[in-house]
Amino acid sequence: MTGPMLRIRNLRARVADKEILRGIDLEVGAGEVHAIMGPNGSGKSTLAQVLAGRDTYSVTGGEVLYQGQDLLALPPEERAVAGVFMAFQYPVEIPGVGNLYFLRTALNAIRKRRGEEELDAMDFLAFAREKMKLVAMDESFTGRSVNEGFSGGEKKRNEIFQMAVLDPRLAILDETDSGLDIDALRIVANGVNSLRSPDRAMIVITHYQRLLEYVVPDRVHVMDNGRIVRSGDRQLALELEEKGYALVQEQPAARARGEAR
Amino acid sequence: MTPLDRSLREGFSLLRQRSGVDPMPALREAAFARFAELGLPTTESEDWKYTSLAALAQMRLEPAEAKADIDEELLRGLWSPPADGSIQVVFVDGHHRPELSSPAWGSGGSFVGSLRAGLARNRDLVACELARHADFRRDALTALNTAFIEDGAFIHLPAGAVLQSPIHLLFLSTVSRGATLSHPRNLIVAGRGSEATVVETYAGPSEATYFTNAVTEVVLDEGARLHHYKLQQESERAFHIALLQVSHGRDSRFTSHSLALGAALARNDVRALFAAEGSECTLNGLYMAAGKQHLDNRTLIDHKSPRCTSRELYKGVLDGNSRGVFSGRVLVREDAQKTDARQINKNLVVSEGAVVDTKPQLEIFADDVKCAHGAAVGELDEDALFYLRSRGLGREAARSLLTYAFASEMVNLIPLAPLRARVRELVTSRLPDRESLREVA
Ligand SMILES: Nc1ncnc2c1ncn2[C@@H]1O[C@H](COP(=O)(O)OP(=O)(O)OP(=O)(O)O)[C@@H](O)[C@H]1O
Ligand SMILES: [Mg+2]
Repeated sequence: MTGPMLRIRNLRARVADKEILRGIDLEVGAGEVHAIMGPNGSGKSTLAQVLAGRDTYSVTGGEVLYQGQDLLALPPEERAVAGVFMAFQYPVEIPGVGNLYFLRTALNAIRKRRGEEELDAMDFLAFAREKMKLVAMDESFTGRSVNEGFSGGEKKRNEIFQMAVLDPRLAILDETDSGLDIDALRIVANGVNSLRSPDRAMIVITHYQRLLEYVVPDRVHVMDNGRIVRSGDRQLALELEEKGYALVQEQPAARARGEAR
Repeated sequence: MTPLDRSLREGFSLLRQRSGVDPMPALREAAFARFAELGLPTTESEDWKYTSLAALAQMRLEPAEAKADIDEELLRGLWSPPADGSIQVVFVDGHHRPELSSPAWGSGGSFVGSLRAGLARNRDLVACELARHADFRRDALTALNTAFIEDGAFIHLPAGAVLQSPIHLLFLSTVSRGATLSHPRNLIVAGRGSEATVVETYAGPSEATYFTNAVTEVVLDEGARLHHYKLQQESERAFHIALLQVSHGRDSRFTSHSLALGAALARNDVRALFAAEGSECTLNGLYMAAGKQHLDNRTLIDHKSPRCTSRELYKGVLDGNSRGVFSGRVLVREDAQKTDARQINKNLVVSEGAVVDTKPQLEIFADDVKCAHGAAVGELDEDALFYLRSRGLGREAARSLLTYAFASEMVNLIPLAPLRARVRELVTSRLPDRESLREVA
């Protein structure tokens, strides 16, 4: 593969008549971890959802190349097959669908599409147990319906568990650290770190410098009003923590130029 | 006169000619006269507002003849006899088939067999209970069934009898030259403190055109318990109309699981009467319609006595251009103090073309009661669909899984494991992506 794993150029997206993404440019290389920060409503989740294929948002311009192919042309499930994974900011509760059954069905759907052998219930269970340890998830969660009645933190852990099982190439974590207690944050961060690898890229959306102490990013970007208004190294996150978003919002020049490198 | 009217008249005069062996000519005559008065219901009638029988009225139907041989393979395809040593009574095109049934069974005074055999054996009991509970004066289809009673199942449990393994009643229809009709009539009399499980299955191959008009009467004596299942898997060209009438004696308990999957048009009535106090009635139902199917469910729980509890949960899944109807009436009469009644109907409409009418009716004339009801119609949750797809499930698989999740609540309410497995299989077989659901648990 030549070029970065993910290349987003001038991406624009809207919902109804509201433009939410107003020209995003971003490149993430294999092995890299990028953090995206930015005030509430700036469009971070929208970017994540658009990358995962949510059709609520219509893409009105720009392109997204993932491993050299047109990501936007694929339905969500094909993106998963291609190795894209998004951990939801608000994981969905699905009553009546067993957590583990769902995950095995997902994994096998992906494996089947990739021409790999499917895992039977026994093999999958052994495999899943290993991955559950990674996020210190209690076995009792396996018998429950997907996210149903999970606490906020349990839902986030379940997302990382799913990520560990599905083993994506590009992982987008949308505020996976929000709502976690101190121990859970460390567990989740360890989980994320253990999945860091030279052939995997990660985009970590967060409001808190704290996560970035554990999961040290290669780049930090700040989104505001549908654009990336500032990019830098991990120092930028520290600066933001100290001074707030006024730091970036007060720089109309940067805002107008989009991504600053 | 409609083609159906003509068919019925001809059929009835044939029956009359055979009256030499007819054990109940007076009942027949009265019922047929009543049907002639009432006529086939139209959508003008409040009870049939959502379900039109106009297409049925235009059909020429012959009474189904008893066939010499039955295609065993067909039988197996539609119904796999349970391997648990349970009792089965099989009817093909309305005719009892002893060679496919367990031997008429009567240990410790219990009887499980055909109504004809029951009449021969226990005439007084049958004569006393038959047509006493399902009121043919009130409703035309019951009148029609009563006029044409030929056979069906008869189950008698004497006081204290507890049957562990389920009793399977199979009503199979086959392909005939023309369209046929049958009127299965079942009677279940459960004595004081007795208990049993009865599974009624109605099935037919997809090419068969016929009309099944069934009535089942259940009479529960003090403290009796009956677990009743009905699997309606008729041919996609069939008309199926059925009444399940339950008469509760004191402190008795009845649970019903109704699964409606088949038929072009089906109407399933369940009526329970609390004739004495302290009883409990649970009605569960799942109807899944696709294509142009029309599935109508009507329930009536008549709280005529104090301190009775009723629980009702019906769920519908409507796909294609199908139509679903639920109308549930809970009547709490003046004397029915301390009634506890709850009724819920939930519908999932998975296509643009499907329609559902839901009409819960709660009529309360007593003051010291606890009653609740609710009805909902929804679509598949877009957030959940996206969640599943983002993890790699195809669109159809995600839709099927969510639909199954909705329906599975009803499947999981079935306490008997083999039956639950069978119903689960029937339910998943109706979903577009059954392959990905094969191991759903
Ligand atoms: N489906 C939608 N319909 C209408 N507006 C939407 C929709 N999705 C997002 N928006 C709007 O787009 C803007 C960006 O939302 P988004 O969720 O992407 O923000 P965010 O940066 O993730 O915020 P937060 O930090 O609070 O999670 C907000 O103003 C939001 O209200
Ligand atoms: Mg967000």
